[in-house]
Amino acid sequence: MRSTAVDGWQPSAIQLERESWRRRQATRSTAIAAASTLLVFGVVGALVVTSPGWERVHETYFNWDKAVDSFPAVAAGLWVNVKIMAISAVAIVIVSLTIAVMRTTRGPLAFPLRLLGTVYVDVFRGLPLLLVIFLLGFGGPALDLTGMPRSALFWGCASLVLSYSAYVAEVFRAGIESVHQSQRLAGRALGLTYAQTLRHVVLPQAWRRVLPALMNDLVSLQKDSGLIAVLGTVIDAIRAAQIETARDFNYTPYVVAGFLFICLTVPMARLTDWFARKQGFHAAGGML
Amino acid sequence: MSDPTANTVLEMSGVRKAFGSNVVLSGVDLTVGRGECVVLIGASGSGKSTLLRCANLLETVDDGVITFEGEDITDPRVDGDRVRSRMGLVFQAYNLFPHLSVLGNVTLALRKVQGVAPAEAESRGLAMLDRVGLAEKARARPDDLSGGQQQRVAIARALVANPQLMLLDEVTSALDPELVGEVLDLLSDLKGEGVTMVLNTHEMGFARDVADTVCFLHDGVVHETGTPAQVIDAPQQERTRAFLSRIRA
Ligand SMILES: Nc1ncnc2c1ncn2[C@@H]1O[C@H](COP(=O)(O)OP(=O)(O)O)[C@@H](O)[C@H]1O
Ligand SMILES: [Mg+2]
Repeated sequence: MRSTAVDGWQPSAIQLERESWRRRQATRSTAIAAASTLLVFGVVGALVVTSPGWERVHETYFNWDKAVDSFPAVAAGLWVNVKIMAISAVAIVIVSLTIAVMRTTRGPLAFPLRLLGTVYVDVFRGLPLLLVIFLLGFGGPALDLTGMPRSALFWGCASLVLSYSAYVAEVFRAGIESVHQSQRLAGRALGLTYAQTLRHVVLPQAWRRVLPALMNDLVSLQKDSGLIAVLGTVIDAIRAAQIETARDFNYTPYVVAGFLFICLTVPMARLTDWFARKQGFHAAGGML
Repeated sequence: MSDPTANTVLEMSGVRKAFGSNVVLSGVDLTVGRGECVVLIGASGSGKSTLLRCANLLETVDDGVITFEGEDITDPRVDGDRVRSRMGLVFQAYNLFPHLSVLGNVTLALRKVQGVAPAEAESRGLAMLDRVGLAEKARARPDDLSGGQQQRVAIARALVANPQLMLLDEVTSALDPELVGEVLDLLSDLKGEGVTMVLNTHEMGFARDVADTVCFLHDGVVHETGTPAQVIDAPQQERTRAFLSRIRA
């Protein structure tokens, strides 16, 4: 099995013994893990299924026919969520990057910028997202601003963008500040201006470092896009499930929506993990 | 032709720089002629790095005048970015950009500051890497290079836009002893090609070989200056002798 090493190395008896012990150990661990997993799920499953209310819960939440029936409407709604998420994500990156740059600019001239950025972050990090959606979603169209759309979809997205940008701006700021001062010095020493140094030296490094954290926020944005449903007029997955449910008071469409959201976020979460691991090896560097 | 500044690249007079109550430079006078190699020596913390950073306006002086190519660059109306683009500064810790390839590091200033077209920037970058013996590393990441190779890339990066003056801050201090030689050899080559340099170093043997002028920095001023034979081999000042005997010990 073992390919012979270039230098003709053959493992010694003691090395062979160590390897076989490790193999036995690995087999044992796997067996224990499998058995305990089955046990836990078995016990939990048995408890649920034998509970007195199970029959009714099964009927109202896990009705297969209702699931099949409501699936097209809920899936179409999910597509709305995906669009909300994608458009908001782009806007969030632009707004939050601007805020982060404002907050990290030094010098007395930039004081108003820093103040503005700080106030923005403090306000929108403090406001519950649901409250922002209520305020902007109903208040925004009522303002009747010229040139501004009056749709709930627009103002709902604006709420997501304003709220998320406050968090993401802080992530970007941490990234910008984590790039060592010596990198800025090196950029300036080459004759790059402050802005060019930011653009070509600092931001590319900051971006790489915060990407795993940003992807985490993206997963979170994906499900929070469902909160726009409270405005009633945007038919996203949750609102669609609500409509389906209202027909016969069977809650299975909510389970379908939940299942679809998970299907959407799990690949994203795995991608984030993979990316964070990959970054782990390259994030450092440029330190003194 | 009789312009006395024509052959002077850099002139500092009465330069003062303090950080809070810590007066690092209290009145430095220094002249660097074209093609000249000036070596700064002095104890750690004597202000050698500060002097180099003042010279290319990364630090703002508190007083005194610095003239570069006949222009008073301490005038606040002067565009510091333009001044820096005509000088090369090399750091002790290389400070290469880890997110760019070796070639990307070397061509960044050409592309973004000098406005050179990408294709020409690339060919000039490759030629410069070839000159420092690293053409085959053009596509590598800085982190995958040895310290000596990284420092040669940093020198190439500073040199590629044909600066009138190279400032080198202890460029071998962060290197393993066996890697110091390759960097010092490169500097000797540059000196031979007539590149004007101000550098600070603890390598006295190298200073003796390469310097036209040696300046001993002490107490915020140039305490003793002269040829290597004068300052290193026959120092006149008590402080200079004490410093030299300490670093030789
Ligand atoms: N940016 C700075 N802020 C405050 N103090 C500084 C700064 N840079 C250098 N110094 C101080 O100036 C003095 C000279 O430092 P430096 O120029 O690095 O000396 P050298 O390069 O000769 O070792 C030191 O006391 C150092 O602490
Ligand atoms: Mg120093």
